[in-house]
Amino acid sequence: MTMLAYLVRKAVFLAASLLMASLVVFALIEVIPGDPATYMLGINARADTLAALRAELGLDVSAPARYWHWISGMITGDFGISYTYRVPVLDIVIERLAVSVPLALYALVLAITMAFPAAMAAAHYQGSRGDRALLAITQFGIAVPNFWLAILLVYLFSLVLGWFSAGGFNGWSEGISAGMKALTLPAVALALPQAAILSRVMREALIDTMREDYIRTARAKGLTRFQALLYHGFRNALIPVLTILGMQFSFLLAGAIIIENVFFLPGLGRLVFQAIAQRDLILVESVVFLLMVAVMIVTFIVDIAYAFVDPRIRRSRA
Amino acid sequence: MAVLRFICCLAVILITGLMPAHAARDSITLGMQLEPPHLDPTSAAAGAIDQVLYANVFEGLTRFAPDGSIIPGLAREWTISEDGHVYTFDLAENVTFHDGSPMDAGDVKFSLDRARAETSSNAQKGLFTGISSVDVLSARRVRITLAEPDGQFLFNLAWGDAVIISEQNIDTIKTNPVGTGPFSFDRWIKGDRIILKRYPGYWGTPVSLAEATFRFIADPSASYAAMMAGDIDAFPGYPAPETLAQFESDPRFRVTRGSTEGETILAINNKAEHLSSTLVRKAIAHAIDRKAIINGAMFGYGTPIGTHFAPHHPDYLDLTDMSAYDPEKARKLLAEAGYPEGFETTLKLPPPSYARRGGEIIQAQLRNVGISAEIITLEWAQWLEEVFRGKDYGLTIVSHTEPFDIGIYARPDYYFQYDNPDFQDLITTLKKESDPAERRRLSHKAQRIIAEDHVNAYLFQLPQTGVANRKIMGLWENAPTQATDLTAVYWQD
Repeated sequence: MTMLAYLVRKAVFLAASLLMASLVVFALIEVIPGDPATYMLGINARADTLAALRAELGLDVSAPARYWHWISGMITGDFGISYTYRVPVLDIVIERLAVSVPLALYALVLAITMAFPAAMAAAHYQGSRGDRALLAITQFGIAVPNFWLAILLVYLFSLVLGWFSAGGFNGWSEGISAGMKALTLPAVALALPQAAILSRVMREALIDTMREDYIRTARAKGLTRFQALLYHGFRNALIPVLTILGMQFSFLLAGAIIIENVFFLPGLGRLVFQAIAQRDLILVESVVFLLMVAVMIVTFIVDIAYAFVDPRIRRSRA
Repeated sequence: MAVLRFICCLAVILITGLMPAHAARDSITLGMQLEPPHLDPTSAAAGAIDQVLYANVFEGLTRFAPDGSIIPGLAREWTISEDGHVYTFDLAENVTFHDGSPMDAGDVKFSLDRARAETSSNAQKGLFTGISSVDVLSARRVRITLAEPDGQFLFNLAWGDAVIISEQNIDTIKTNPVGTGPFSFDRWIKGDRIILKRYPGYWGTPVSLAEATFRFIADPSASYAAMMAGDIDAFPGYPAPETLAQFESDPRFRVTRGSTEGETILAINNKAEHLSSTLVRKAIAHAIDRKAIINGAMFGYGTPIGTHFAPHHPDYLDLTDMSAYDPEKARKLLAEAGYPEGFETTLKLPPPSYARRGGEIIQAQLRNVGISAEIITLEWAQWLEEVFRGKDYGLTIVSHTEPFDIGIYARPDYYFQYDNPDFQDLITTLKKESDPAERRRLSHKAQRIIAEDHVNAYLFQLPQTGVANRKIMGLWENAPTQATDLTAVYWQD
């Protein structure tokens, strides 16, 4: 099968999955008890004010009608108006993505920078004290909760040393370096546990690869053990690592909600969490859907990356 | 040599980049737990909106003073007709909105008519339903006619939901509030902060601050970190009482302990199976040890109350003896009511920590007299659905933060389901009464009735603990309404 046919097949599958997903999201959120208008007006709400607000929010229409409104709007790029904030959902989401995406990428880059060299060194010196030390450290890194780590980082770097502020994000208008500085501690808190996982997976993958015949051939051709690892082993070990990277990016995008709380960052995770509590159904539905789109796109990209990294995968579909 | 110079420059840049910016003495950064959902205090308003905008950006005809009394706002003088039906207000001179347009009686009429309209989503519409007409007599004089005399009318006009808004800017009010206050809205970085700037065209006393920034920090430990690191100058509603001791011992900070309008109660469903008996409710009241709850759930902060009234209010009657801690008496009362072995009921708790922590203590105190209360934790939307609307509960703990809200006991359909016609008549009379001495007599009577009937178990008044830089003066200690009034705040150098 050609590359193009492979991509087209994947794209069709993606679209069908998204449609199914939208139905599931809508149905799940409709089932949750609690009414946005009552939440907004609180315990002094009168019946007539509630009715007026429900009409204003468009809640007095039937569920299938609301689903159709939502889906047809999304196709034209209109994700609806948030009940709580009364501005278009897309505007809010883009504002939050401007924090969450750079944070996720920053954390991922830090994780890769820490994990890959460590994993390669550990695989190269397998069995040595350094290798065993790395295993112990990564064990700790996987076990430690990232919010606990975050609080420790705040204590050390913000309260004691005063190098960073305790949290918050000023926006990109003050310059890229100012923005990145605000994201540094959160990115480190996110990156350390991820790096631990990543280095373990990479190390295992490298060790497995090193046992393959073609590595022996490469050594026979005159490459040192390290050169064989770097030029041949690394690329093959990337496949399981790519899977993990894809999953990690998706997690970092919305799963950083606890870190966003500790550093009071205006990110996507906190937005969804607050929207659920406030029963801002439109916001929750649209953001959850967008996140699913993001995860599927990332999986799609990872699949393409597989095909590029490993020609066997491409050919196996023929 | 050039390398050395380069390194020195780099060092200077890095150090100044890393140093926290020095707080200018005419700007202030305040911390707040909840972010406002939008910026219109007159529709579907959350308390957080008033917390930022009340008295700073928006003003009403009257306003709250720091001690909770009502003082003139945009209305400088008023006369009330003999029968109490007609109020004539004289407005201040030279009042302009932040876009430069003048404010006059027409804007007052617009604001009040909008609030009381059929389609209005004003969260406190009840404040305006008594108005039968608003008439513009001249540019600076407006007449409001009430259907019934209302002794609380001037008080009602001070609420954040009754502020005067600009008709021209009504479409963008939720994102760009334009009011008459001493500060104008500058910008809102969603999720992070709102910035207000001094409005040079303000009609009243000029304010000291040139800029005020409200930063939203929901997590209590993050608020502690931000305060200690100097990222914020003051946090009037500081959410981490367990850390207050550190601020008290630090000479840089001042800790204030004030009172709010939040009566925290153990609400009882007066129509539920066992709880409809007054003896049972009296037993519950005597089974509860307020001191233990205040110490265990509130870190020692909070004033015990014996009825649904704020203890700092001059008309408060101390009736805590009617429900003194006496488990023996509670057991006797239960036996007398026909439940010597006690009974089972539910205790549904909303998210706030006073409810969750207090709930566990109360559960233990009730078990001590034989009442087995099953704790069910709910989030706000569920609580509103199940307890408030559905009345499907036995006991719950919640704080009622509206000022002077004893009138809720006169609503038989309110979630306590207390139906006492004598009390309802009393409240109707109180509402119409304007004479302060008579109002005091009537509210004492009202407080006594709901205490004797033990409608709910009245726990304590929610405290407001604030932490601020010692050099900041003028922040309110008490919270007679949800607001952060910055008009009298300044830095003392």
